[in-house]
Amino acid sequence: MNTAMAIKEHSKISVKDLNFYYGKFHALKGINLEIPEKKVTAFIGPSGCGKSTLLRIFNRMFELYPEQRAEGEILLDGEDLLTSKKDVALLRAKVGMVFQKPTPFPMSIFDNIAFGVKLFENLNATDMEERVEWALRKAALWSEVKDKLNQSGSGLSGGQQQRLCIARGIAIKPEVLLLDEPCSALDPISTAKIEELITELKNDYTVVIVTHNMQQAARCSDYTAYMYLGDLMEFGSTEQMFFKPSRKETEDYITGRFG
Amino acid sequence: MPEKHLSTQFDSELSAVSTRVMELGGLVESQIRNAIYALSQFSAEVANQVTEAEARVNAMEVEIDRELSSIISRRQPTARDLRLLIAISKTTANLERVGDEAEKIARMVRRIINSGAPRSLPSLELRVASDLASGLLRKALDAFARLDTAAAVAILKEDDLIDKEFDGFVRKLVTYMMEDPRMISPSLDLLFLAKAIERIGDHSKNIAEFIIYVVKGEDVRHTPMEQIESVVK
Repeated sequence: MNTAMAIKEHSKISVKDLNFYYGKFHALKGINLEIPEKKVTAFIGPSGCGKSTLLRIFNRMFELYPEQRAEGEILLDGEDLLTSKKDVALLRAKVGMVFQKPTPFPMSIFDNIAFGVKLFENLNATDMEERVEWALRKAALWSEVKDKLNQSGSGLSGGQQQRLCIARGIAIKPEVLLLDEPCSALDPISTAKIEELITELKNDYTVVIVTHNMQQAARCSDYTAYMYLGDLMEFGSTEQMFFKPSRKETEDYITGRFG
Repeated sequence: MPEKHLSTQFDSELSAVSTRVMELGGLVESQIRNAIYALSQFSAEVANQVTEAEARVNAMEVEIDRELSSIISRRQPTARDLRLLIAISKTTANLERVGDEAEKIARMVRRIINSGAPRSLPSLELRVASDLASGLLRKALDAFARLDTAAAVAILKEDDLIDKEFDGFVRKLVTYMMEDPRMISPSLDLLFLAKAIERIGDHSKNIAEFIIYVVKGEDVRHTPMEQIESVVK
């Protein structure tokens, strides 16, 4: 079932025979997956299929909880991030994450972005201003906030807050950006802006997105992985997956025949 | 579609539009039958009925297209559902064209009658060919209703038979016209008529190709037969 499905791209993250446990619960079962570099890869599947779990392993978010355990290999540019002795903060600088609900820090818009940068780089005031503007422009938020950078980030609308979180994520110049349901709390216009942004971001970053919105996966990803009950059922180009999936299970899910 | 969607409303919309296509198919089939009956009986009355019913064919095509647009805009179909709706749209267009061909036959019949041409025109072969063509259309619609790819392949092969009939008929007409130049004008009408029948076969063949597209996800238009057979296997 989990044959490493071949994709003719350079892979940024290689998942090899990955098993994951929440205590005794076997949440991911022998996953093999190659995430292509500078492409958007979407994980879809019903609730509880393990797609968010998989995403959270990519920056070792699961280590916050002692009863959670991952076995196997996850190679980021060839280095196994599960056994790496490197500081997890450095890993997370390389692999940024944006969550379902916008999580701005309780500080100004400017500081929201500068905060992470200060942890890793020592920039002078001008360079920092440039970096903040660069990140906000990348996240398609600059024109909306440029006159109120000193105001609190939590005063922004939900869609703006989410773009602020994306700006914060890219300000430290990660290589991989993980998006966990980034639009689920947003209205269609903010969603469209973020999807536009995702397409833009893949020029520079490897983007992995978990979404319940299949149309969103269809619209903005290059590759799609369908997961079910901890198994990777099918992985392939998004076009293939939504037009002619090779497995019946995938077809049943994306056409709404599931269950 | 063998299995049901979570949304029963979506299922009933799909089945309603499929039913409409079958109704259109039935109407078009009877148009061909009547047009050929008009030819064999030299009946202007039946030919007129065909022309009148053509408006219903056109109206049904428009209505099916409207239903399809509505389903696509509201349901955002994917995979097999998407292929089915695209195939229904194309099948509908092909059926409407078959309706046009039937109307064309009716028009030719009226012209032949008005020209006062004798009943001795060689129309027997045409009846054979038209029986083949309307039979083929029926088979194509049956196969579409059942999404039967094996039947679809058989239809593709059978269309070649109609093409051969057509070639034979053209040769015969040429001889006929050489024998009696006064018959050239009505013979040309018959030629157009034969061409219309041959086109009906082609449309049935197109419909058969869409069946394979829905089930297998492969576009087999302009594809050699061996390749089609390996897709269906």
